[in-house]
Amino acid sequence: MSGVAVIRDVPIKEWNLPSRGKVGMACLIAAESAIFIIFVVAYVFYLGKSLNGPTPRDVLELPIVSTVCLLSSSITVHFAVSALNHGKRSLCSLWLAATVLLGSIFLAGTAREWYQLIYHDGLTIQTNLFGTTFYSLVGLHATHVVVGLLLLSLVLIFSLGGQMGAKHTERLEVLSLYWHFVDAVWVVVFLVVYVFGR
Amino acid sequence: MTATNPTAVQVPPRRVLELIHDWVTTVDHKKIGLMYIGYSLVFLVIAGFEALLMRVQLAIPGNTFVSPQVFNRLFTMHGTTMVFFVGMPILFGFGNYLVPLMIGARDMAFPRLNAFSFWISAFGGVLLYFSYLGGDGLYGAGSAPDVGWFAYAPLTAHAFSPGHSTDYWTLALLLSGVGSIGTALNIVATTLSMRCPGMKLNRMPLLVWLYLVVSMMVFIAVSPLTAAQIMLVLDRYLGAHFFDTQAGGSAVLWMHFFWIFGHPEVYILVLPAFAFANEIIPVFSRKAIFGYPAMVAATIGIGFISLSVWAHHMFTVGLGAWGNTFFTFATMIISVPTGIKIFNWLATLWGGRIHFTVAMMFAVAFLFQFLIAGLTGIMLSVAPFDWQLGNSYFVVAHFHYVLVGAILFMIFAAFYYWYPKMTGRMLSEKLGKWHFWLFLIGFHLTFDFMHVPGILGMPRRIYTYESDRGWMIWNMIVSSGAAFQAVASLLFVFNLVWSFFKGAVAGPDPWDAWTLEWSTTSPPPPYNFAVTPTVDSRRPLWDLKHPEDPDSSYEM
Amino acid sequence: MSVCSVWLNEPDLIQAVASGNPTNIFAPVGTPAHLIHGLSMLVLGIVSAIFLVVAGLLVFVLLRYRFRPSAHDATEEPVQIYGSTQIELSWTVIPVLIVVILFLATARVIFSSEQGQKPGNALDVNVIGHQFWWEYRYPKLSIVTANELHVPVSNPAQLTPTYLTMTSADTDHSFWVPRLAGKMDLIPNKINTMWIDPRSAGLYLGQCAQYCGTQHAKMLLRVYADTPAAFAAWVAHQRQPAVEDPQAAEGRAVFEHNACISCHTVTGTVATGRFGPDLTHVASRDTIASGSILNTPANIRAFVDNPAHFKPGALMPPMHLNDHDLDLVTTYLDSLK
Repeated sequence: MSGVAVIRDVPIKEWNLPSRGKVGMACLIAAESAIFIIFVVAYVFYLGKSLNGPTPRDVLELPIVSTVCLLSSSITVHFAVSALNHGKRSLCSLWLAATVLLGSIFLAGTAREWYQLIYHDGLTIQTNLFGTTFYSLVGLHATHVVVGLLLLSLVLIFSLGGQMGAKHTERLEVLSLYWHFVDAVWVVVFLVVYVFGR
Repeated sequence: MTATNPTAVQVPPRRVLELIHDWVTTVDHKKIGLMYIGYSLVFLVIAGFEALLMRVQLAIPGNTFVSPQVFNRLFTMHGTTMVFFVGMPILFGFGNYLVPLMIGARDMAFPRLNAFSFWISAFGGVLLYFSYLGGDGLYGAGSAPDVGWFAYAPLTAHAFSPGHSTDYWTLALLLSGVGSIGTALNIVATTLSMRCPGMKLNRMPLLVWLYLVVSMMVFIAVSPLTAAQIMLVLDRYLGAHFFDTQAGGSAVLWMHFFWIFGHPEVYILVLPAFAFANEIIPVFSRKAIFGYPAMVAATIGIGFISLSVWAHHMFTVGLGAWGNTFFTFATMIISVPTGIKIFNWLATLWGGRIHFTVAMMFAVAFLFQFLIAGLTGIMLSVAPFDWQLGNSYFVVAHFHYVLVGAILFMIFAAFYYWYPKMTGRMLSEKLGKWHFWLFLIGFHLTFDFMHVPGILGMPRRIYTYESDRGWMIWNMIVSSGAAFQAVASLLFVFNLVWSFFKGAVAGPDPWDAWTLEWSTTSPPPPYNFAVTPTVDSRRPLWDLKHPEDPDSSYEM
Repeated sequence: MSVCSVWLNEPDLIQAVASGNPTNIFAPVGTPAHLIHGLSMLVLGIVSAIFLVVAGLLVFVLLRYRFRPSAHDATEEPVQIYGSTQIELSWTVIPVLIVVILFLATARVIFSSEQGQKPGNALDVNVIGHQFWWEYRYPKLSIVTANELHVPVSNPAQLTPTYLTMTSADTDHSFWVPRLAGKMDLIPNKINTMWIDPRSAGLYLGQCAQYCGTQHAKMLLRVYADTPAAFAAWVAHQRQPAVEDPQAAEGRAVFEHNACISCHTVTGTVATGRFGPDLTHVASRDTIASGSILNTPANIRAFVDNPAHFKPGALMPPMHLNDHDLDLVTTYLDSLK
């Protein structure tokens, strides 16, 4: 056979496939979800099994402010995407900055909580099973927040530099999917660690 | 290339550097695929050598060919290498090469991620083997890891594995996992977002379907291993207690996490073998695959069910009667879609005109051997039977029957089938037949008879055994087969190299096949297709060759 | 019970098979092993039948439909058949039925093995796995021993099974004596239980079946199924404190002034270590080093001098005794009958 590809005379009218950015991000989210689920399973499995040391009830307080900030940042990033879609660059920058600010407040809240736990309550990753599973789960989430904030800050810089246009909406949307995922994980962590687990 | 002076093949240094630079910086899926394949062949030889050493040690009882410490490192490295640095890379290599070509795309969805995934996996392999040199820790306690490829806790705790050997294991696999997830992401995105016009999901070649399912399984399966390894590192270096039984931690938890990865992992390894069978058996039977929709459904079924059977590796751990019963049931059920596949291949052969090329010979051996492997798997799924056979040489025989008898045989078939496309040359059929028969004899000598010591009570991972157990004769036979396999493998490598220079020119479509990769030149140009094809059916080239009787009239 | 298992129950045959293959899973001697054996025969039967049918069909197809240049025109393709829903259904339904039968048979054996009622006269033994030896404690009899497990023979008329309660002091291990029962793991921080009831007196062999470290291969098992009289005698003997042989007094002094006492126990003396095997009646055992070496004075001496000579990687360090002290300690250990 000659090296001839198949070419139809009449091209197919509609051939719409999902965007590869969104598919790729969905795959990444699936993989990351699986990692988080394992850490959550470990957390739940070890509830009540610590041999000594502080328990969740002793030392954990509901992180209301941090949670509200983080969850609101999902809304702000959504507005940022929407603004970019309409070509409103400065509005996009504004919403991106709000997102980064709210995410940073969340991180600061986590840092403060951990300072309290380590230096005042004597709970470290080595203390007991609760310490081990708490710091690893919340820490893993916080790492993902840090990565997300780095990426968002980068995009904010691009946006402030006037380099972003409506044609980049798709990419910003993919990033926002990541950010929504990070927030969704926080909802699970919040419920498991601070509500059901205490 | 003209050969005016045969003795003076001078390649200017700059040309060599350019060539290396081209390959090191490439983002072309075909080159990356070939690098994966070449890389895994190197590790196949190394891990095969490790197996040879073990078989020499075990040929007679009380042998002192290697020390216990060395033997324990050998089986750990052999298993770890074969799964992570031979199995995964070679299968992703073929996937990388074939998927875009088969769907009429020009490259993968994320070419740079593709390159990154390869290089990080490659680095992982190098890191694992660096442990032979650099693994001596504070107590000089280890070089290469010696905790078994599944590294059960608490053997991996600092108390029982001082030094850094376990950490090399952990880090190498973490990196390999990142690479696997990256490649899987690429395959899913490519398959969903870059099919050529007309190629609806139910018109994709079955190979593409299987790789899609494999990739989705990677997301769900490799991540638990990643999570467990992070926990292990936290235990070993930050004083965490995930698997620290002294602090109330659970050794069984590691087993659960590992096998939630480990079981789907073996399906991740075997599904590509099915994918190759789905392409090769029809072509050499001269018939379309029987029951395409059933094959897709069975694949998805296997994918899902494989996520629920993991604790059949833990029947002796004390899960309780209900736990053992559930996992027995789930494991037995998975035999149904797997059986459906075998029957569909049988039905494809039925009524065909079977050509026994070397590729087909390997595929036929695969069919028999996979059948047997599946049946010994059913035996092991019966929990009480597993209470005897588990952790014995019967299990080792079973999984090698799958890994070598099914997967490696289909990989050989895939080589003979697609090598012409990748290089433009045919592999020597004569050498191929020698390769086949020698390997077949060696395989059966080793792995058929290996079931017997298991039945006679020989556990696995022992560096020697007592002479009064009656195991010696069987171990000798098993070890003898290794020599045949080694020779056959070397013949194969020779064939690969020799045919590259001296093989018959292949042309675009030496097998008279029907999927899109056979419509390009051999090897394909870097851009794959000058014009993106449009397809009407599952076998676009069949339609071209048989315009009076196209597939689209009949497809279910 | 199937024909096969009846046949294999022939005592002479079992003897013949067992003498060459003392750990053959198809030569059961106790109820758990018998239960498994019966089920395994059913499984083997089903699996063999499937193999014969499918492999037979494969062979037929490969011969019947091979390309023959004399009979076929190479350019003509055979009739293309794309599928058949009925056929797919049939070879889905039939395997499902086979699975259901197999599953139900299996579930029955799982439950009867794991959820039986414990008879009142069962013997309790606690098994603790160590790197690389077995600790046995008989709580109701106040006996502590190592590596050689003595249990009473269990006659059908007078069931006296032995209940093993198992855990580990360090890494994972697994207790596997194939002729008596399937294996069960010993896991730190977890308690597992199993039972055995050897039906004929004798010595049953096995070994650790979960990789536990360097000397996993030599963590051997020896289960002595004693007649009631022999068992009673053994119990009575083991409950005695250590023999005080005046001829071994010097050796005892060496033993008690070295690090031996920090790892080993000899009841009635200052040696109360728990890290290594209990040595109170070590000379009454057939083997040392967890079944891997015959218990002779020469071997004891060599082992104490340098355990790595026999078991490289064993956790007992070389004691670096001079020859004189070594001889004395050997005499002492050999006196601990």
